[in-house]
Amino acid sequence: MDQNRKVHQFKNPVLNWIEFRLPIISYFKKEYGDYPMPKNCNYFWSFGALATITLVTMIVSGIFLAMNYTPHTDMAFDSVERIMRDVNYGWLMRYLHSNGAAFFFIIVYIHMVRAMYFGSYKYPRELNWILGVFIFLLMIATSFLGYTLPWGQMSYWGATVITNLFSAIPLIGEGLKTWLLGDYNVGNATLNRFFALHYVLPFVIFGVVGLHVAAVHVHGSNNPDGIDIKSKNDSVNFFPYMLVKDTVAMCAFGVAISAVIFFGPNLMAEVDNYIPADPLVTPAHIVPNWYLAPFYAILRAVPDKLGGVILMFGAIAILFVLPWLDTSKVRSCNYRPIYKWLMMAFFVNFFILGYVGMLPAEGLYLLIARVGLVYYFGFFLVLTPFIGWIEKPNKLPLSISDVYSKNIEQTIGGGEKGIPSPAMQKDINL
Amino acid sequence: MAKKPNNNRRDFLQLSTLTLGGIGTAAFIWPFIKSMSPAEDTLAAGSTEVDISMIEEGQSVTIKWRGKPVFIKKRTKEEIEAAKMVQASDLRDPQDDADRVQKEEWLVLVGVCTHLGCVPLGQKLSDMKGDYDGWYCPCHGSHYDTSGRIRKGPAPTNLDVPPYSFLNDTTIKIG
Repeated sequence: MDQNRKVHQFKNPVLNWIEFRLPIISYFKKEYGDYPMPKNCNYFWSFGALATITLVTMIVSGIFLAMNYTPHTDMAFDSVERIMRDVNYGWLMRYLHSNGAAFFFIIVYIHMVRAMYFGSYKYPRELNWILGVFIFLLMIATSFLGYTLPWGQMSYWGATVITNLFSAIPLIGEGLKTWLLGDYNVGNATLNRFFALHYVLPFVIFGVVGLHVAAVHVHGSNNPDGIDIKSKNDSVNFFPYMLVKDTVAMCAFGVAISAVIFFGPNLMAEVDNYIPADPLVTPAHIVPNWYLAPFYAILRAVPDKLGGVILMFGAIAILFVLPWLDTSKVRSCNYRPIYKWLMMAFFVNFFILGYVGMLPAEGLYLLIARVGLVYYFGFFLVLTPFIGWIEKPNKLPLSISDVYSKNIEQTIGGGEKGIPSPAMQKDINL
Repeated sequence: MAKKPNNNRRDFLQLSTLTLGGIGTAAFIWPFIKSMSPAEDTLAAGSTEVDISMIEEGQSVTIKWRGKPVFIKKRTKEEIEAAKMVQASDLRDPQDDADRVQKEEWLVLVGVCTHLGCVPLGQKLSDMKGDYDGWYCPCHGSHYDTSGRIRKGPAPTNLDVPPYSFLNDTTIKIG
């Protein structure tokens, strides 16, 4: 091997011993110590870290739940009730896990809103966005599988309705459904395999998260102004500045999730899921988890079975190609006077779709869902490419530091564009 | 490497190695895929015998077959008439009532909505029966008539009729 390679030297001899054999310490120092973050990043940029922490929490609480759970149709419901009543702190593990899933989606949705509004998906971070959408897809699958495990009425009928979506595929659909279930209907074979897959998928997610983080570290984080780091002046080191900021965000998140776990643990749960699964009786209103309701609304808005299934999956699949649908070179919506409002309307529309997705699909609700469906796809397929061509973006700042010097510049009549203002020069002297 | 490599020979070796490797991998994956299909004991639990002597006219019972609900209904004269009156060509899934029953008064259906698999209401007297006085699915609002045919709502096809036979006047074998 190459004996001459440059080995990073530390004061601690133990670190040097490790570093010589596995350069992991210099790797962490580079990626999490000296890693430059744009200095204008706001709290929206803490949600990636929050999502990672939530994923780890979900995996840990899930492993401890699995120690007391029985994946059998006769015993699953009772084993969950035993966790709630008899297992020490079982109630905490379960409420942490069930509410943690909801919070995981809240965090990831905010993370995605951030990426869309500030244009983080654009060149050179397209692959990063694609990996992120892939993680989102895996999360949806994992949460669906996990929701089946308590074997309540909603678990059973949710699994029945969703697996029946596959039967809409012409020719192979019915066979594919039977293969997925391992039986003619949702049964013990289904519960067993759902448990096995629910256990393993989070580790797959963890792996893809690793790629997602590695990819963002190649070109660095985006920022609210959507412009690149041009000098050392534009950035701060991850440690300690961003770590401290993320820690503050984490404390706020901890307060929020604790409030729900300890004071309203069933706020986001469906009452019907405390009734054991009964294959002969369907609950009057089957509703999905609220965080998947927008996609359920799209499914029900289409009068055709196959068409509904295609559009529902299409609503997620279209996210993959967003970087190529957006024709504007400007990343941040802060500098896009028209698209900014259409983007805001998209977020509101998504929220409304979720709301009607939880209500019966009839009358006015159905109409709202259909309008929402049209805007959802119209936004991606028509507005995003079209506005990119016709819109005249606002003037971008010359650099990230320039954003901060602007106010001072105006009062003291600072330099022309391209020439560092007195405020910036002062900054350099620091 | 003084000699030029024989490209045809090399291509052949590469192609045959890849092909054999591909077949081997597929052969190895197949048992894993097949293991997810219904097991032998699941397939074996395929038929159920039902005593129908206790069912009154107008009454309907639900039994379990292959884990699914099966509706067995003894229809009234009016219900049979209503089912026969319909022109098959007007229906979404055209089928005559006569093709859906073996004996006119006995209607046997798989009680699973053909939309997304919920169990339709209509078995109990107090249930909603929908606009066509048969069954009504509460999940997404499909209406079925007295022959179990789809008349209104998102379901694409009629309620399935399972394979069944009359062993004698009072016993039906389903499956």
